[in-house]
Amino acid sequence: MAEVVFFIAAIGAIAGAGGTVALRNPFYSVLALVTHLLCLAALFLLLRAEFVAAAQVVVYAGAIMVLYVFVSAYVGRVDHSVGPNPGPGLHWTAWAFAGALMVELFIAVLGSGLTVLDKQGTGFFPGFGSPAELGKLLLTRYLLAFEVASFLLLVAAVGAVILARRREGLEPAGTVSVGDLFSSTVRTGTIDEHEAGAQLESGGSPKR
Amino acid sequence: MSTTWYLLVSAVVFCIGAGGILVRRSPLVILLCLELMLNAANLALVAFSRAQGNQDGQIFAVVVMVVAACEVAVGLGLIVAIYRRKLPVDVDELRELQG
Repeated sequence: MAEVVFFIAAIGAIAGAGGTVALRNPFYSVLALVTHLLCLAALFLLLRAEFVAAAQVVVYAGAIMVLYVFVSAYVGRVDHSVGPNPGPGLHWTAWAFAGALMVELFIAVLGSGLTVLDKQGTGFFPGFGSPAELGKLLLTRYLLAFEVASFLLLVAAVGAVILARRREGLEPAGTVSVGDLFSSTVRTGTIDEHEAGAQLESGGSPKR
Repeated sequence: MSTTWYLLVSAVVFCIGAGGILVRRSPLVILLCLELMLNAANLALVAFSRAQGNQDGQIFAVVVMVVAACEVAVGLGLIVAIYRRKLPVDVDELRELQG
């Protein structure tokens, strides 16, 4: 049974990867990658990595792929060649490099002679790969990695907002940018300012 | 299934991703191929974790997912910025830092 599931999931994963590379429309590439990720989650389940499989489906195939779908729909079909085509020679050279890499990896895996690779794996305790066990590890032994990862997420989120915001000159008047938050006028905090504000709210000062 | 099978699948997916990065010219598809390579590494990590009966590899896989999410956020932000400035969305054309 496990073999059948493995081969179905492995074929699906490899086909999804091939589709991601081969399809001309980026939108279909994203959908092929979703297929690949779901098949990979099935492989993770076979390897007793329940939490990683769930995170793969929820975070990767759910959240990240939605980002991809949005951007590919926003940018549109951009894969038509803009500049001069480098020619089929370069294309096949690239695939030859990839094939050489694959042959090398196969030699490394099959020719390693490690007996541990030929077994199904050592025994595992109940709860292996469950969220509870991984959570314990993340909050004790790998606490530093956990915190650094959270900080990295924060930095990346702020960076993405800064990168993708509307720039000066391209924006219509009246939009608020992140820079406005830092360039506000310094308030003195005196009674005059407060009164001026109150008069503005009640219809403006009589001098105007 | 022995660990070797999982490693072979991982190797195939990694090489497809590497070939795609070399061949394709749209930055969006290049990011997708990068995801393929990261996922192949994840599969190898989880397979080794199962072979050793040790959960450290799974922690590593989760951290790789976090890094991939960050890379996607910044990369897609860059693509949107490129598109907004009406530059060609093609890595062969985007060779200059001058903007």
